[in-house]
Amino acid sequence: MRHGRWRFLLGALVPALVLHVVFVLSPYAQAFYLSLTDWTGVAGEARFVGAGNYARLGGDSLFLDAVRNNAVMLLVVPIATIALGLGLASLLRTRRGSAGYQIVYFFPQLLSLVVIAVLWGFVYNPNTGLLNSGLRAVGLGGLTKSWLADPAFALAAVMAVLIWSSVGFYVVLFRAAIDAIPAELYEAALIDGAGSWTTFRRITIPLVRESVQVAFVYLGIAALDGFAVVQVMTVGPGGPDGATEVIGLSLYRNAFTYGKFGYASAMGVALFFATLTLAILALRAGRKDRLELA
Amino acid sequence: MTRRLNPLPQIAMLCWAVVTSLPLLWAVVSSVKSDDEILNEPWSLPSTPRFDNWARAWSEANIGRYFLNSLIVVGGALLLTMLLGALVAYALARYQFRGNRLLYYTFVAAMFFPVFLALVPLFFVVQQLGLLGTYPGLILVYAAYAVPFTVFFLHAFFRTLPSELAEAAFLDGCSHAGVFFRVMLPLARPGLVAVGIFNFLGLWNQYLLPLVLNPDPDRYVLAQGLAALSVSQGYRSDWGGLFAGLTIAMLPVLVAYVAFQRHIRAGMTAGAVK
Repeated sequence: MRHGRWRFLLGALVPALVLHVVFVLSPYAQAFYLSLTDWTGVAGEARFVGAGNYARLGGDSLFLDAVRNNAVMLLVVPIATIALGLGLASLLRTRRGSAGYQIVYFFPQLLSLVVIAVLWGFVYNPNTGLLNSGLRAVGLGGLTKSWLADPAFALAAVMAVLIWSSVGFYVVLFRAAIDAIPAELYEAALIDGAGSWTTFRRITIPLVRESVQVAFVYLGIAALDGFAVVQVMTVGPGGPDGATEVIGLSLYRNAFTYGKFGYASAMGVALFFATLTLAILALRAGRKDRLELA
Repeated sequence: MTRRLNPLPQIAMLCWAVVTSLPLLWAVVSSVKSDDEILNEPWSLPSTPRFDNWARAWSEANIGRYFLNSLIVVGGALLLTMLLGALVAYALARYQFRGNRLLYYTFVAAMFFPVFLALVPLFFVVQQLGLLGTYPGLILVYAAYAVPFTVFFLHAFFRTLPSELAEAAFLDGCSHAGVFFRVMLPLARPGLVAVGIFNFLGLWNQYLLPLVLNPDPDRYVLAQGLAALSVSQGYRSDWGGLFAGLTIAMLPVLVAYVAFQRHIRAGMTAGAVK
């Protein structure tokens, strides 16, 4: 029996572990080393340059554009998505037809970001797109823009797509969290004469806090990415004039267009530390909340 | 109980439903319009539905081939992910041995690393193995990146299963592998379905990995093919074909969703609820 136990454990763990080490762990480990070299892809010709790549990042104006854009996305996308998701989820709580709405809201979550980006590229098309021709049809022709070609609106257009594509998922997530709240609490509030806004603020929000936190982490990570939508939808991609550049796109271009693999790896490491900081901040905020509730 | 009838909530809910579904409907309708109608009357219905757009997208624009490529790669990767993920999760959840925790965190920690960090070295690992632009290469990499979440999810699931059944099976002379495949795996079916749906959608919608690891246009997966198509069809200005391609990519997933929506939503949100 003991013998069989070890044979089973080895058989169960070793294949997955080999796959994990070869395709996941070793690339992650190599990236840290590569970021300290000037490697351009020729075997055996990686020169150690220390922190040189990181110093260059600070003077790379396109990369700084990317950092700024990701920072804006990090501020706007999670807050807007959570506000919309939470608002819609609590509207759905007591109303008829909510199952049907939930089905429709969830649609974008099922589509690949590439499909969404191609679709919204059409919606934003200045002449024949859904948005501008719709605006013209209702007499708001003055508001039409070349959404993706105008540096003032391109990033907002990208963020709108990201928000559009994720709200439905968070409606469903928050709806599940709201359903877990005992109905007595809402009934008690109703008897005490609380309006729906007060009920939302005093009962719903405090009791779905943990779900909101999870949502912040997920949406934060998505906002630090944005690669697929930007790469497929925007002009350039990343344009106009760096207005929609994101870190992932800079990394991809430097590695696979310019062959600057060392430099691109440094961007990857920078993105990793940004993600790590975000996760730690969210976790620490989480601990504090739990103490307050206890 | 009296309740003031406030129309605003209904309007807000309806608004978001329109915002969500209008672009999708528009793409479906546009996929059966002529180029002329698409360019000049974006909001109108087609005078006669033109299904030849779909045929053109399927065969001439290679959407059919991309669809098949996606099926092969995602199908293979999903099988491999579920098998390896379930084995690892079960072994770590139900057996005590030295290094168990370490192994668990080795797998699960990878969930918190951005794939972008691994991208450059991963490209060269796959290249050196001679797997660049091949089905097995994509399948192995897809599975490698889907296993950590699968382990994380199923580990919690296997821990909650009762041990009496497994013990009874051992007494009946069942082997360790037999207990896993015949007793525990069937018991874990709800968890397997949930994480399986989650993995399927994640893998089906994967773009970054194939973009880097799958440069051969003959083996493009659907997302890649569609992105390439939106560039080339734009130049040739076959708008009907492009909308048809988009619709072919969207529709199967949406139809399957409406049919199985409860399971799918449970699976998709399972990850976040834990």
